[in-house]
Amino acid sequence: MQTQLRTSRRDFLKIAGTTAGGLVIGFNWFSCDSPKMEVLSTEQILAQAKSFNSFLSISPTGDVVIFSPNPELGQNIKTSFPMVVAEELEADWEKVRVVQANLDPEKYERQLTGGSGAMPHSWERLRKAGATAKFVLVAAAAQTWKVPASELTVSKGMISHEGSGKKGHFGEFVAVATTLTAPEEVVLKDKKDFTIIGTPVKNVDAKSMYTGQGMYGLDFYREGMKYAMIQRAPFGMKLVSVDDAAARAVAGVSDVVSFGSNVAVVGTSTWPLMKAKKLLKISYEPETEVESSSDHDKLFADLLAKGSAEVKRKDGNVNLAFKNAAKIITAEYQCPFVAHSPMEPENFFAHVQGDKVELVGPTQTPDRARQETAALLGIPPENVSVEITRLGGGFGRRLRADYVIEAVEVSRAIQAPVKVTWSREDELTGGAYRPAVRYRFEAALDDKGTLTGYKLRGVGMNAGNTTRENNFPSGAVDHVLIETIEHASSITTNAWRAPITNFLAYAEQSFLDEVALAAGKDPVDFRLELLQRAKTNPVGEVDYDVDRMLGVVNMAKEKSNWGKNPSIKQGFSVYFSHRSYVAQVADIEVQGGKPTLKKITAVTDCGLVVNPTGANHQVRGGIVDGMGHAMYTNLTFEAGVPKQKNFDTYRLIRLKEVPEIDTHFVDSGFDPTGLGEPALPPTGGAIANAIFAATGRRLRSQPFIEQKEFSDIQLQIKRT
Amino acid sequence: MASFTLSINGTTRTLEVEDDTPLLWVLRDHLGLVGTKFSCGIAQCGACTVHVNGNATFSCVTPISSVGNAEVVTIEGLSEAGDHPVQKAWEEVDVAQCGYCQAGQIMTAAAFLNQNPSPSMEEIDNAMNRNICRCGTYHKIREAVSLASKSS
Repeated sequence: MQTQLRTSRRDFLKIAGTTAGGLVIGFNWFSCDSPKMEVLSTEQILAQAKSFNSFLSISPTGDVVIFSPNPELGQNIKTSFPMVVAEELEADWEKVRVVQANLDPEKYERQLTGGSGAMPHSWERLRKAGATAKFVLVAAAAQTWKVPASELTVSKGMISHEGSGKKGHFGEFVAVATTLTAPEEVVLKDKKDFTIIGTPVKNVDAKSMYTGQGMYGLDFYREGMKYAMIQRAPFGMKLVSVDDAAARAVAGVSDVVSFGSNVAVVGTSTWPLMKAKKLLKISYEPETEVESSSDHDKLFADLLAKGSAEVKRKDGNVNLAFKNAAKIITAEYQCPFVAHSPMEPENFFAHVQGDKVELVGPTQTPDRARQETAALLGIPPENVSVEITRLGGGFGRRLRADYVIEAVEVSRAIQAPVKVTWSREDELTGGAYRPAVRYRFEAALDDKGTLTGYKLRGVGMNAGNTTRENNFPSGAVDHVLIETIEHASSITTNAWRAPITNFLAYAEQSFLDEVALAAGKDPVDFRLELLQRAKTNPVGEVDYDVDRMLGVVNMAKEKSNWGKNPSIKQGFSVYFSHRSYVAQVADIEVQGGKPTLKKITAVTDCGLVVNPTGANHQVRGGIVDGMGHAMYTNLTFEAGVPKQKNFDTYRLIRLKEVPEIDTHFVDSGFDPTGLGEPALPPTGGAIANAIFAATGRRLRSQPFIEQKEFSDIQLQIKRT
Repeated sequence: MASFTLSINGTTRTLEVEDDTPLLWVLRDHLGLVGTKFSCGIAQCGACTVHVNGNATFSCVTPISSVGNAEVVTIEGLSEAGDHPVQKAWEEVDVAQCGYCQAGQIMTAAAFLNQNPSPSMEEIDNAMNRNICRCGTYHKIREAVSLASKSS
């Protein structure tokens, strides 16, 4: 891991912004007697603050402004990043304001939200940013008071000298500090001395969210801007001609423009565009294969049987293992396409003016928005500014810049600032889905019930590698063959929260349950046996840390009272993804033959927990997400168009459909690892395995409610 | 186009729009009250929930011509200082992840508690089931509604 601070010493003390222009500043809140202190706005503070580095500015009032570079979509980074900076700075959290930074590749690395990677990437950088600023503030105080820096202590934004009794807040030393030189190396705090990290700090945007302040992309407004909505072509089709007469006749519609196979209606507010879009008469013709879900079953079967596969992993001699097997278990698992469906539909503001472009909106990848815009217009990337709004969810959808480029296209065509808004129908039919995948698993057991051979073959629709070949159970089995097959579909796909593993984990953990039961073993003991093998005598290379996985398995066994209550039927699942480890147990109570899903116990090792509230949120949210899509959600196609066009037929999980979720975190001593995604993958498997334990029905396809094995189960869900 | 005079958050507002324009888009595009959210547009998710004469109402399917002189309250007008018991409970419990649905959740909860100040958990579940949260903050929503019912 790279831990070097990218900000150079030369940049470190560069003074940002202007000095206070007529503002009343410099009051000392520590010595101030008046209870009625002026509360300055963040803009007022920034106007007088001095920049210590890319992450923080401090004003003479002692107020600290921390910039959060990564897009916030609910993963709580806008709260947890500043917590890390403030911890090493020894700031008073009450005096910290957080500002979403705009795209600035010169100041920030990896300014994106994806792969649960922000905290692992930035942990050291953020700590050093805070610690370096603290170092120069202390040096400034030492110089001012003419005492050795080593005699000074810092706590909650106050610097103190015990010998002389002198005390002052950060703001008093800002002017001197910015004349000093930053050190090459700083000492970071001992984790046991943390006072902000590890505490349940509340969401910094709470008040704004709960009072309805416009902070999302869809809320953005610029005087004189136009609104636009776009009709996109079915997958595999291209536009032939447009009759826009009826659409243009709608009051409030000012223009209709086409680019590629897209037709945009433009106007002065949203509602007329929704009406006008329905009045467009567009004819399309096939451009490539136009697919329907009814074709996909045969396609999957054909490709699994005889498609040319890419071998991802080969250990030992898998043919021999199956030839010598005492028992062979085979099963196929399948998942459908699903959409990301963030609550805030896709939207973006663009203003193209000559060779300059202003972009504002919700994006997980602001730099991609910039690069694709620059490429489209043939202008230098630095001519494109990107302001990042809060995101009303993302789930991977906003890793793409397709909807940004649409706004750029429309702005260029109409020569005006414009905000493109997608309807929910656009969001569900407009593409870039979690790919549909089918897996075939085969396991060979010897006469002792030991797993000796393991085969996995995956077929995906624009899925890339459908496997995670170096993940468990690889490393624990002598003879392994893992292969993947790609089908190039006209239906577009994209990373979807915990890409591939969001489904692979369910399939693999369900299949391992089948194998354990076929071997006559307890599913947890079976996994422990495999992990022991991977620990003592590993086969080949693995991506996971065996001890950390063992840690969550053992703790989940304990916390869930695994196997101890005969009236509770349990399903187990454990998965490693995005650097973290999560084990889950689903509890189904059976009374009078009726099953009720009551609880999911989740044990997570994500290293050090930065914010317990945020961590709980991510684990519970991941489980609700994993459960919802495993149980209820399906997206099917007819001639290149999704049949489910809105939430009346595209079913998302609701409040009454979630059980109790009991979360635990392993104190493993590691630095923070990912958490936006890792809790999702194990959930489908834990629930499916519990359903099998309770009813004897094995669910090998999602969504469960549409499977005939599930049709008469009448699973109830209860919370305590 | 027709002229409408509305009572929004205790203030009288007059504007000209097509009479089929949903209240949601009048609030967002014509009055600049963007706290009320668009998400599904067909009364399925509750992100657009406002109060019309005290009742939780899906503003996305409420034509402006049907509003008449009813009292409309949006998230911006739920309280002057953001200190309605439901808003305070939402802060205390730290409910939100992405936050996009939460204004609608708060409006649903506030109307519900006004009509049923001491609900059972089952009644809370039934009331809040009409609002979707894609981030899955349902446990916190239940907790916050329960807290608000005890503190109001």
